[in-house]
Amino acid sequence: MEEGIITAIRIVPLEHYILLSFLLFSIGAAGVVFRRNTIIILMCLELMFNSVNLLLTAFSAHHSDPRAQVFVFFIMLVAAAEVTVGLSILVMMKRNVDSVDVNQLNRLKG
Amino acid sequence: MLALFYILAALSVVSALIVVSARNPINSVIALVVCFLSIAGHYILLNAQFLAMVHVIVYTGAIMVLFLFVIMLLNLNTATEPMKSLGMRVAAVTGGGLLFVTLAAAIRHGVTISATNDFDPGVGLVKTVGHVLFTEFLLPFEVSSVLFLSAIVGVVMLAKKETPSPHPLSDGEGLTPAELERRR
Repeated sequence: MEEGIITAIRIVPLEHYILLSFLLFSIGAAGVVFRRNTIIILMCLELMFNSVNLLLTAFSAHHSDPRAQVFVFFIMLVAAAEVTVGLSILVMMKRNVDSVDVNQLNRLKG
Repeated sequence: MLALFYILAALSVVSALIVVSARNPINSVIALVVCFLSIAGHYILLNAQFLAMVHVIVYTGAIMVLFLFVIMLLNLNTATEPMKSLGMRVAAVTGGGLLFVTLAAAIRHGVTISATNDFDPGVGLVKTVGHVLFTEFLLPFEVSSVLFLSAIVGVVMLAKKETPSPHPLSDGEGLTPAELERRR
């Protein structure tokens, strides 16, 4: 099994990982514009985070450099903090305007 | 091995499309969990064992449960979301497709990387990543705990129910200046 995994890094070309990451990132970016539900927009953000993480990990494995994987770890930390703040803003929005529609937020007056 | 990669890639792309297109938010969350698990499979295929475990624990275990929790708490599990206008939806799909085509065209001649290190399949093991994390990146690791502390404080402050505070010009009994004026 160990040998199989090692050959997997050798066999799968780097371009395949790059194209897969681009595809996932494009789907996430389109979803942010496509949907009106704020919670789905947050999930599309997570999708874009993950495509970038996958690309960094693929480059790390092909370069044999563990630093990129540490960067991925930090991105995961920041994403976890970001999603807690985003969801609390969502709860506050639901409480104040009784909706999770982003179109309700088009007049951000102080 | 290549077949395994294609299966995982197809699974992640299809579930990502379901995330965007599902009417019910619960279905979106389930599809996103499937997408994250397939990305964890990609990590295992790249022999990034540490990242695979952290990804399953943090994303699938914590973040997606938090999403589900908020959906249940706010009673959003109904497909009553109004859609955007047709032009906006067409623009979104066209924009996403154009983004992908542009990015893919940028690498159409292939990518040649000149690896600076010798090939080392054990680069993603817990031992290697942990060693780099606690020697070279020790300060950012500690600073990220401060980030989490500020995130906790911010979330508690945001999600707290606002209690009506006494007006700064009132006498402390919750009366507005107009009421005070009327009372005089």
